[in-house]
Amino acid sequence: MDINEFITHFAEQFEETELSEFKPETKFKELDEYCSLIALKLIAMVDEEYDITIKGNDIRNSNTIEDLFNIVKNKE
Amino acid sequence: MYNPYSLEGKTILITGASSGIGRATAIECSKLGARCIITARNQERLQQTLNQLEGDGHIQIFADLTKKDELENLINQTPKIDGLVNSAGIVYSKPITFIKQDDLDKIFSINTYAPIILTKSLIKQKKINKRGSIVIISSIASDTQTPGNTIYGMAKSALACFTRYCALELAQNKIRVNSIHPGMINTEMTANICISKEEIEIDKNTYPLKRYGEPQEIAWAIIYLLSDASSFVTGSKLTIDGGKSLI
Repeated sequence: MDINEFITHFAEQFEETELSEFKPETKFKELDEYCSLIALKLIAMVDEEYDITIKGNDIRNSNTIEDLFNIVKNKE
Repeated sequence: MYNPYSLEGKTILITGASSGIGRATAIECSKLGARCIITARNQERLQQTLNQLEGDGHIQIFADLTKKDELENLINQTPKIDGLVNSAGIVYSKPITFIKQDDLDKIFSINTYAPIILTKSLIKQKKINKRGSIVIISSIASDTQTPGNTIYGMAKSALACFTRYCALELAQNKIRVNSIHPGMINTEMTANICISKEEIEIDKNTYPLKRYGEPQEIAWAIIYLLSDASSFVTGSKLTIDGGKSLI
């Protein structure tokens, strides 16, 4: 699993946020656009792209994009 | 000329454009300056619609929206659009005790699943521009009951529900989604509902305006929802039925 690819998929769930804002260390919950719908989209994206099931807890326990990436990676 | 309902500069995809409300919508949209992408199964009748459009640049794409490969082809061929009108649909009458699983599959595939998958795919492929508008043709059958109309009513009810959820989620994309709920409209589709001429006259008299609607009368409402005149309208339901649901 490649983090750059993960970040691309992650960013696709946002409409307004500049692409340059999405980095491994980005604290995604602090992005203006972040909301509960985006959390749901992230869960669905991980399922569709990686065939891995994550839950609300996993989003809650992640601060940065890299945190979430690691959670997904560990479930592979 | 001042016209907040103008569709000048907008590209609109219209399904079910070979007849009825879909055809009238394509024609009226073209008269208000839109570039129309029209789609339907019947090539001959779709060509007739294309011939009636005003202005240039319109495109026709043949597709049976219930066939996966044809739906995919439609989505791939569709350029970036500003509006989507989900008008394709069929009527179907069957008393409850005669309903078969196949009936449910057929009607829901055409009337409900196809517009949902088309809408979803166009959004996912970012083919609908920001400030775009999606119009979904539901029916007064979604919340009024006539005997035999169960499956059609349920399928249209599901579409109305989809409209509300879609409006909520797509607000993030600044795309508006609204549904239109027509009563009986004089189209080929409703003409095929097998009731006698006498019954039709009796039924017309149950409408406070004492007649059925014309396809253009639905098209003009669709145009309102596609135009910038409705830029603050989303998740709403517009009933156009000559007052039928009042009684």
